[in-house]
Amino acid sequence: MSTKSKSIETKSDFNQDERLKKISKLRLLLNRPELGALGGAILVFIFFGIVAGDTGMFSAYGVLNFLDVSANLGIIAIAAAMLMIGGEFDLSIGSMIGFAGICIAIPAIYWGWPLWMSIIFAFSMAVLVGYFNGILVVRTGLPSFIVTLAMLFILRGATLAITRLITGRTQVPGLRVLIEDDPLAWIFATDTFKWVFTWLGSMNLIALRTDGTPLATGIPPSVIWFIVLAIITTWILMKTRYGNWIFASGGDKNGANNVGVPVGRVKISLFIGTAVAATIFATIQVLDAGSADTMRGTLKELEAIAAAVVGGCLLTGGYGSAIGAAFGALIFGTVSMGIFYTDVDTDWFKVFLGAMMLIAVIFNNYIRRKVTESK
Amino acid sequence: MSDYLVQFNNISKFFGKVIALKDVTMKLKKGEIMCLLGDNGAGKSTLIKTLAGVHRPDEGEIIVEGKKTIFDSPKDALDMGIATVYQDLALVSLMSVTRNFFMGREPMKGPPFFKTFDIEKANKIAAERMGQIGIDVRDPSQAVGTMSGGERQCLAISRAIYFGAKVLVLDEPTSALGVHQASVVLKYIVKAASQGLAVILITHNVHHAYPVGNSFTVLNRGKSLGTYEKKNISREKLLSMMAGGEELNKLEVELQEMNRPSTN
Repeated sequence: MSTKSKSIETKSDFNQDERLKKISKLRLLLNRPELGALGGAILVFIFFGIVAGDTGMFSAYGVLNFLDVSANLGIIAIAAAMLMIGGEFDLSIGSMIGFAGICIAIPAIYWGWPLWMSIIFAFSMAVLVGYFNGILVVRTGLPSFIVTLAMLFILRGATLAITRLITGRTQVPGLRVLIEDDPLAWIFATDTFKWVFTWLGSMNLIALRTDGTPLATGIPPSVIWFIVLAIITTWILMKTRYGNWIFASGGDKNGANNVGVPVGRVKISLFIGTAVAATIFATIQVLDAGSADTMRGTLKELEAIAAAVVGGCLLTGGYGSAIGAAFGALIFGTVSMGIFYTDVDTDWFKVFLGAMMLIAVIFNNYIRRKVTESK
Repeated sequence: MSDYLVQFNNISKFFGKVIALKDVTMKLKKGEIMCLLGDNGAGKSTLIKTLAGVHRPDEGEIIVEGKKTIFDSPKDALDMGIATVYQDLALVSLMSVTRNFFMGREPMKGPPFFKTFDIEKANKIAAERMGQIGIDVRDPSQAVGTMSGGERQCLAISRAIYFGAKVLVLDEPTSALGVHQASVVLKYIVKAASQGLAVILITHNVHHAYPVGNSFTVLNRGKSLGTYEKKNISREKLLSMMAGGEELNKLEVELQEMNRPSTN
């Protein structure tokens, strides 16, 4: 018996291979998807530190300004990244932003609903749209690119048509007065940590208005949402069963299905995620501007996908990170605002955005080859 | 009460007018390796899917541990301890060894509603299990894409065993592998069987099947040509029983004839 078990002993059959090299800790770090975006963000800050260090860009007001822009993009970029890791696209994010905006404004202004009810209505619609996108992709097996491209037109068209039908215009103003005393709206409309800024102002550490109040009044709600979402989604991806299912669904949906991962449910939930994130974006912006615009969010879906790609997501799914998308959004937000503080014409921003994305895709592709083909 | 772990009696499967399988019978005891041989189109894939619960047989019965059962879904088969490792292995090459090992069946920890994926425990088990079959995973968080074909096959089998397989159905586990890798995988299959599993090894490679199999079932055009104990059949006989065998003989004759003029 013992001789038999010895003859089938397979121990060390594989590690005889002298061609295997030890992998250093640094190499392991280089394999993290968000590394490129983190490096990019650092480079961007160094660049603007040198070029625009003595302008107002890095004053409290300036910092909050580019953080606000980054955070708004980041909210949708994180959701887009989650969906991309799950192996799908959502091109209807931008249209959903416009649609969610009027879902808040029309009931609140024209139908006399309380603002909180309109906000809940908008989020319910988002869940429906996301569910519809998801079920369509999962049931038909069609590429999500096509399905959500159709939804991009349908939603934007419906937004315009419905708004004009009900209001006769394409903008719905007048929301600002409704924010006060509303039990829900403050979550999307309140600057936080005001006391810090008041204190900093009183110490003369930050710029003041002529009336003595600080120029930067508090952390905008978008930044708080952005940080909270980045933490929650990263936790989900790294630490939960659902996170593992997202990677599995995007990496190989047949394989995942065969071992019992509910791929369809995972994908549908991720589509709901992008629609809900678009609605968070819309709610913050609509309440900040006090009006809804039917064209709000145009092209935002592409910016979100660009940020996710810069953040390390593969277009083929199964790989990427939420925190990477957050850094990607930070890069875009910082550059889009920072460019005003330099002598560079702002027209060049889109050139930068495109070049950045191209570099990221080439870099990601290289990493993917490293990970999958080093046999 | 029979001493068979699993029995497939007179299984037939039709797709419309096409008879994909007709009266195929297979019986396995614990620790037995049955090799299912057949050329392309012999009905191997249909049989695998029937064993795995993807297809429901149109005729015949499946008896697991003495109880007659019907598989309505792959999950039913899995719950009865019949685990199928397909050729694609159901591994995601971009994901880590650990995440693949526990894909869909993650160990959890923490209070209700805040349960998290217990990565530390999963890493430990995955490394331990891979170590047992002689694969030294330097880092269980390394991507499966960095592993060799043989290592991946062993990972997929090891995963099936860890999650309670009693009967392993292996679909062409050695077809994509080199000689050395294939022998490592075959050794591992024998080891698994010696621990009390029943193994159904599906292959078209008699040279891989013959050394490890206890019995052989040959499938040709949807019908079983019979099941033979190893002592009752030679490798050459098996080869010629598969349609490929006859073909190869013919091919050999033809080639000899083609060569004749040049040798003269």
